[in-house]
Amino acid sequence: MSPTKRTGLYLCKGCGIGECVDIDSLAELSEGTDELAVVRTSSAFCLEDAKLIASDIDSDGLKAVVIAACSPRVNRQVFNFGTAKVERVNLREQVAWSHRPGEEATQELAADLVRMGIAASQHASQATPFTQDHERTVLVVGAGPAGLEAAVASAEAGYEVTVIDREPQPGGLLAKLYRCWPSQPNLSSALEDSGLGVLVDKASSHPRITMLTSTTVEALSGEPGRFIATLSSAANEPGGHRQIIAGAVVMATGAKPVAPESFANYGLGTLDNVITSLEMEELALQGAIRRPSDGREALRVAILACDGPNDERNLAYGGNVTSMVALKQAVYVHKSNPDAQVFLVYKDMQTPGFDELYYRFVQHERSIFLVRGSVSSVTEQSDGTLGVTVRDSVLATDLSLEVDLVVVDVAMEPTSAPDTGESVPLHLNYLQGDSVPLGREGFVDSNFVCFPFETRRTGIYAAGTVHRSQDVAASRRDGEAAALKAVQVVERAAHGEAVHPRVGEVGYPEFFMQKCTACGRCTQECPFGALELDDARHPVINPNRCRRCGICMGACPVQVISFPDYSVDMLSAMQKAVELPEDEDKPRLLVLACENDAYPAIDMMGINRLEYSAHLRVLPVRCLGSVNAITVTDAIQRGFDGVALLGCKSGEDYQCHFIQGSELLATRMDNVRETLGRLALEEDRVQVLETSIADARRLPEMLGEFAESVAELGPNPMKGF
Amino acid sequence: MSDTILVLGGGIAGITAALEAAEAGAKVYLVEKNPHLGGRVAQLARYFPKLCPPTCGLEINYRRLRDNPNIEVLTTTELTALQGSPGDYKATLARHPRYVNDRCTACGACVDPCPVERPNPFDYGMTTTKTISLGHEMAYPMKYAIDESTCLFDSCAKCVQACPYDAIDLHMQQEILELTVGAVVIATGWKPYDAGTIANLAFGHFPDVVTNVMFERMLASNGPSGGIVIRPSDGKAVESVAFIQCAGSRDRLYLSYCSSICCLASLKEASLLLERNPQASAYIFYIDLRTPGTYQSFASKVLDHPRISAIKGKVADILLEPGSGQLVVVADDMVSGAMSHTSVDLVVLATGMEPSLAEGRPQGEMDFDPYGFVLQGSDPSGVFAAGCARAPVDVATATLDGTAAAMSAIRASRQMVVVP
Repeated sequence: MSPTKRTGLYLCKGCGIGECVDIDSLAELSEGTDELAVVRTSSAFCLEDAKLIASDIDSDGLKAVVIAACSPRVNRQVFNFGTAKVERVNLREQVAWSHRPGEEATQELAADLVRMGIAASQHASQATPFTQDHERTVLVVGAGPAGLEAAVASAEAGYEVTVIDREPQPGGLLAKLYRCWPSQPNLSSALEDSGLGVLVDKASSHPRITMLTSTTVEALSGEPGRFIATLSSAANEPGGHRQIIAGAVVMATGAKPVAPESFANYGLGTLDNVITSLEMEELALQGAIRRPSDGREALRVAILACDGPNDERNLAYGGNVTSMVALKQAVYVHKSNPDAQVFLVYKDMQTPGFDELYYRFVQHERSIFLVRGSVSSVTEQSDGTLGVTVRDSVLATDLSLEVDLVVVDVAMEPTSAPDTGESVPLHLNYLQGDSVPLGREGFVDSNFVCFPFETRRTGIYAAGTVHRSQDVAASRRDGEAAALKAVQVVERAAHGEAVHPRVGEVGYPEFFMQKCTACGRCTQECPFGALELDDARHPVINPNRCRRCGICMGACPVQVISFPDYSVDMLSAMQKAVELPEDEDKPRLLVLACENDAYPAIDMMGINRLEYSAHLRVLPVRCLGSVNAITVTDAIQRGFDGVALLGCKSGEDYQCHFIQGSELLATRMDNVRETLGRLALEEDRVQVLETSIADARRLPEMLGEFAESVAELGPNPMKGF
Repeated sequence: MSDTILVLGGGIAGITAALEAAEAGAKVYLVEKNPHLGGRVAQLARYFPKLCPPTCGLEINYRRLRDNPNIEVLTTTELTALQGSPGDYKATLARHPRYVNDRCTACGACVDPCPVERPNPFDYGMTTTKTISLGHEMAYPMKYAIDESTCLFDSCAKCVQACPYDAIDLHMQQEILELTVGAVVIATGWKPYDAGTIANLAFGHFPDVVTNVMFERMLASNGPSGGIVIRPSDGKAVESVAFIQCAGSRDRLYLSYCSSICCLASLKEASLLLERNPQASAYIFYIDLRTPGTYQSFASKVLDHPRISAIKGKVADILLEPGSGQLVVVADDMVSGAMSHTSVDLVVLATGMEPSLAEGRPQGEMDFDPYGFVLQGSDPSGVFAAGCARAPVDVATATLDGTAAAMSAIRASRQMVVVP
């Protein structure tokens, strides 16, 4: 790009910068720079002098301003000048607050950072938002409590909704329940009606909701703002297929009850009078609770709650509702016949929060006996009566119970779980596969504690028991929340803007297709499945699926992928802007830092006034996964003595906000090592350092060790070539 | 469609509600009574089950806030009264003086000249700061504030002279703001139950009996001892810790409900203790280990550690061992039936959650349960509770709750409800 003289440089002296760095000589030095039309200094650009920048943009028609002041993490609104591109150079946190004032090394650091900022500003162009025909509608798959709530919420917020269910009637599992436990045990201990009737009425009578039962999704393609769903509804239409266009999708396909194989030890499946908790609901719906073997009313019932980490028989995620199911059923057995006795056997009563108050209520119910212990055997007598032996862990004795009915609590398995043996609920027509990537235990859950809807298929949000193991009230809240995410993605997509975490970002990857080798790597590595292939096996982007992480840009072996304001060329220009002195005591180390976690941690070294090596040059990147191997090898070939890649934890409990960034980097490092080998350079010149945002106090040592280990290798022999 | 939503509380639930609503197109006022956002989560060392730092998610959220012109953040502000109906509420807010204006650049020139040290609320009083302080390194907004309860004001005013940017105004007055909003999200959060009221657990009696929130600070890398766990009484490295569950919860004398997060919090804290000091031992005294749903696999993983043991039993007493300074936890072991005596360096009380609005409630349109948690008002209501203002919940639920409440607020303020 040729110099345009349409850039201004603003060097701030505030907050101690002026005392640490000779700003006037930096200004003088910069005045000769071709790109710069204006160079100014101020004692505080964030105060009154922000107006100077605005007026320069107006009067000189500046396209870009480089503001060398505080970290880009602060004063973002102050330094927002509409269409003019703003490049921030961090002279405060990362220079004045973390390096020795007045020293040559500090001054060189500041000068390099300013040059890097100017270079970056020359490589960023204004992005144009992606636009297409746009639907402000929501498709909800599954009409249980979560799905119905999502449908009603979206409709009441003003959006057209189609809600489908594969069953002939809406309601899901909830329709099979006799009674629910109190939704607010802090107020009442009374069992409740499911509330399903009201919800179904609301959904079916709402003018903005279309409900289609006996309907499934045959195929789903497209992107937020324009998903194309092929629905198959055997009952309603000849041919059975129809296509609808939806702006976003709520996946509320629910869970199914499962009994672990080990429950066979209780006689489940072999003894007539041993039933699951769901079968118990069906019995209760029929009126008096009668034993299946002979229809006699069950007067003594044992309920086996399988709960908690101490219960080895349990599914890994069973205990979320099973204790409350057991308590509720004990209550309604007792209520249906005051002469009935109930033995509730449990290990850890999983009644967190207000559920504790319900547990306390049940403790005071006569004829309900809570037995803390484990069941060692269930045997059947000739008349169908069951003998249950319980090891009571409180009394440390064996109890023998004679009961008419044993109820075994079953857990929920999400319909998304890989081993349900059912077809995947959404049938995505995506290159990366037809199912939504799964989280823990097969739920469509987020890996992030803070961001419950962060799954890897933008615009598709899970709710209810396919999302998490949860009760009816929580499922309904979840459905409402998922509906918000759905209408939010619709609104953002309408403006061509990204959703979380780079909310509002407009520019999306562009491909220089003449040089594309059709290797397909970008399509495989995109964590969000944003890229499909055309007939020539070239990548095609769905911009509204894209989350702007830049992992495709890092993946491309021939560097044909770039954003209008973020590119391999830009990173390359920035590292080239760093001067590489040949003095042995002036090593230069490039730090490519993840801007979500590593970069703030570096800032916080400054905020805590912790000193670190002035030979480091920090270059923020959107994600380590966006770093192309060539960015690293170019830096080494130019003569950087070392390169550190500072990013987030990978593996099972990964911290990367773009899922696989850190992990993908590890594989790219193989290429980097190969190049280093070819150049006869030591592998240790390039190091991946795992860090977190809470590491500010650990970083000076970590970066110091990196600098030392590179120093031991001596200067890079490529320097000066 | 224009909707204006008032979100009370700038902790994780409130921040989430504000962001999710604003990113869907609503205009939001995010109101926090403290000088900075972040709430209780900013003070935690890590989250369960991933053992990840809370600041990681806060950083992303703060970036979303900074870049979103639809959100106005009002710190040092409290709701005093609320009147109206869905779509049209009048909220009266008191904006307390911060004594530092928007010109503050966070340069820190005011700190050294300030002569007054005060207990640092961020560290639950285990450290001190100057009376003009930034709070902590991740403060949002990154502006200083003065603690008026300890400031010497005009008799000192050294900070005013030191500030290069004319950012300190010791004569700042409280302002009353009147806002018209369509709906309200209450996300005012929780406070730790006062452990001093639980007679047999010796909090306030022995310095080495601390609460779980204090222990989080002790584990935090930005905590009082940089994440190295030492005994408050004498600075000795902590080799053994007893965690006492249900300290105040599940007890009719104190809090009848279960605070829902304490079992998982103690399991997490035990893991972090072992991460800091692999030779340490942790003993968890519990009644029921409550680790619902997928948390069960986290619990099992922690409990597999040979140096972490869980003892089913109620703690009767905590005694000081003469000479060694060790504390002896006397418990009724429910498995063996005998009284057990466990000698440890530090006792951590898993104190429960009390709603912030248990006292000091605003006037007007909101309903509370007997404990001070906010109830969903009778229909039609435009006031919605989220997070620990609604019920004792974990962070994962609070964020989900915040998102759901944001949608409730949008529905209510748009007034597009069709009455069948």
